[in-house]
Amino acid sequence: MAVSVDEAVSTGPARDRTPPARRFGGRGRSVLEVALLTALAVVMLFPVLWMIETSIKENRDVYAVPAEFFGFTVTMDHFKDVFVAPDGGRSDLSVAFLNSAVVAGVSTLLATVLGVPAAWAYSRFAVRAKKDQLFFILSTRFMPPVVVVIPIFLMYRQLGLIDSKLGLILIYTAFNVPFTIWMMKGFVDEVPAEYEDAAMLDGYTRLQAFWRYTLPLLVPGIAATAVFALIFSWNEFVFAIFLTSSDDVRTAPPAIAGLIGGTTTDWGLVAAASVVFALPVLVFAYLVRKHLIAGVTLGAVRR
Amino acid sequence: MLAVTFISPALLLLLGMSVFPLLWALYLSFTDYSATRGGPARFIGFANYTAILTSAQVHQRALTTLIYVVGAVTLQTVLGFGIAYLISRRAHGRGVLTTLFLVPMMLSPVVVGLFWRFMLDAQFGVINSMLGSLGLGQVEWLTRQRTALISLIVVDTWQWTPFIMLIALAGLTAVPKYLYEAASIDRASEWFRFRTITLPLVWPLLLIAVLFRSIEAFRLFDLVYILTNGGPGVSTETLSFHVYKVAFLGFNTGTASAYGILMVLVVIVLTQLYLRYLNKLKEG
Repeated sequence: MAVSVDEAVSTGPARDRTPPARRFGGRGRSVLEVALLTALAVVMLFPVLWMIETSIKENRDVYAVPAEFFGFTVTMDHFKDVFVAPDGGRSDLSVAFLNSAVVAGVSTLLATVLGVPAAWAYSRFAVRAKKDQLFFILSTRFMPPVVVVIPIFLMYRQLGLIDSKLGLILIYTAFNVPFTIWMMKGFVDEVPAEYEDAAMLDGYTRLQAFWRYTLPLLVPGIAATAVFALIFSWNEFVFAIFLTSSDDVRTAPPAIAGLIGGTTTDWGLVAAASVVFALPVLVFAYLVRKHLIAGVTLGAVRR
Repeated sequence: MLAVTFISPALLLLLGMSVFPLLWALYLSFTDYSATRGGPARFIGFANYTAILTSAQVHQRALTTLIYVVGAVTLQTVLGFGIAYLISRRAHGRGVLTTLFLVPMMLSPVVVGLFWRFMLDAQFGVINSMLGSLGLGQVEWLTRQRTALISLIVVDTWQWTPFIMLIALAGLTAVPKYLYEAASIDRASEWFRFRTITLPLVWPLLLIAVLFRSIEAFRLFDLVYILTNGGPGVSTETLSFHVYKVAFLGFNTGTASAYGILMVLVVIVLTQLYLRYLNKLKEG
């Protein structure tokens, strides 16, 4: 069988190409692969490096043609502008960053408080139509935000929640609960139910068994899940731009996007604001790198 | 019962914030309601739906969306799988490489969109500057009908190739080594090994990633909004972006709702498919 396979592959022009590859052995090919990987890594990382570089360039270097890669004057002015207004007070952007932190933090906390118990219940009990319920929960997370925002906008207008942090917190919580349930269900499944059974034999109620035995074991999972929820809320843009308008309420993504509104754009400031905005996300993502696959597939794929 | 008390708060929130709004949108989709004109909503039956399904404008947006979704997801899959394959063959530095490649995926679409807009700028953008120093002509990336959609696909591919890579890498590292060893004893060619061992074992997981990305690409809004704002003309207007224009610039809330409901139906079908494959993967 092996012979026939080799023959099948090396008929025709392929025959001319295979021998050199064999002669180089693993080495030549390995060098080629490393070179290719390096080139790809450079392409993938270049925009990020360019953003960082732009944020520390003086304005005349930012717009230089041809672009300056090295040898420009380093300045921290753009970062100062991100936090300090021209008149010396707090800038709009710094307020937006603070709003983002509040909205992302509170909505993550709420989603965790609502999602973790639900995940535990779905994992441990025979809930009626469990699969359908879980499907329904995940599908709410897949709804196109532009579509959901239309009725939410009308609803918030009735309730007076337009342009309020509470409104954003509520929608972000609703948006993170499905994720929390799916992600946490995986973590709960990994904790043997026997621990709780044993505790119940010792006279604890089911709730006490959950609280004393299972919950402490779930803490690392809860932390990882919360970090992802935090990242999702922090990065969210669509709801933020349609449901808020005033500077006191607006979160960072629409505020940063608002920097390109006028006829001229201060790209140095945009770059600095983007760096400040992205840095915490990258740090957090690095902390939860072990759970990244589960996190980015909304808890559906686990390895 | 404990299960009910633990589950119902979460479900109630979803009912209030997802189901109720969608039912409201469903109701509005049968009316001529306008959010700015106010006044009572008049029931007009399926008029909104027929108007959308027969509109040449909508057909064009559907085509744009299709080109965008297929183009971006295909590119991401090929590149992502390729990078994952190359990384999986390395013995050292896998962790560092993977971490570096994942950076674009974690950035907000706002940051990604803004930054590429700056880099693709026709006058002072770094991409044209590099093309210039290579002696190539300048390209109006975002201001020409044909190149704008390509730019959108390129930017999306830049951001989401890491996603496919991450999942493909998980699949590739899970392929048992003894299968390759058995194949090399049989002196099977590299391509044969790839086609008969690697691909069939990684494919189910890869398919999940592809479906997931397709759903995300289908509902994408923010990148279009920031990068091209649908233009030039309507060349990069996807369905999501068009819904936004109908709802928030045209204020035809009824029509926009019907439009939205149709999009939700597409998403539900795709999600069903996604979950079906997911279940298969878990059982298999």
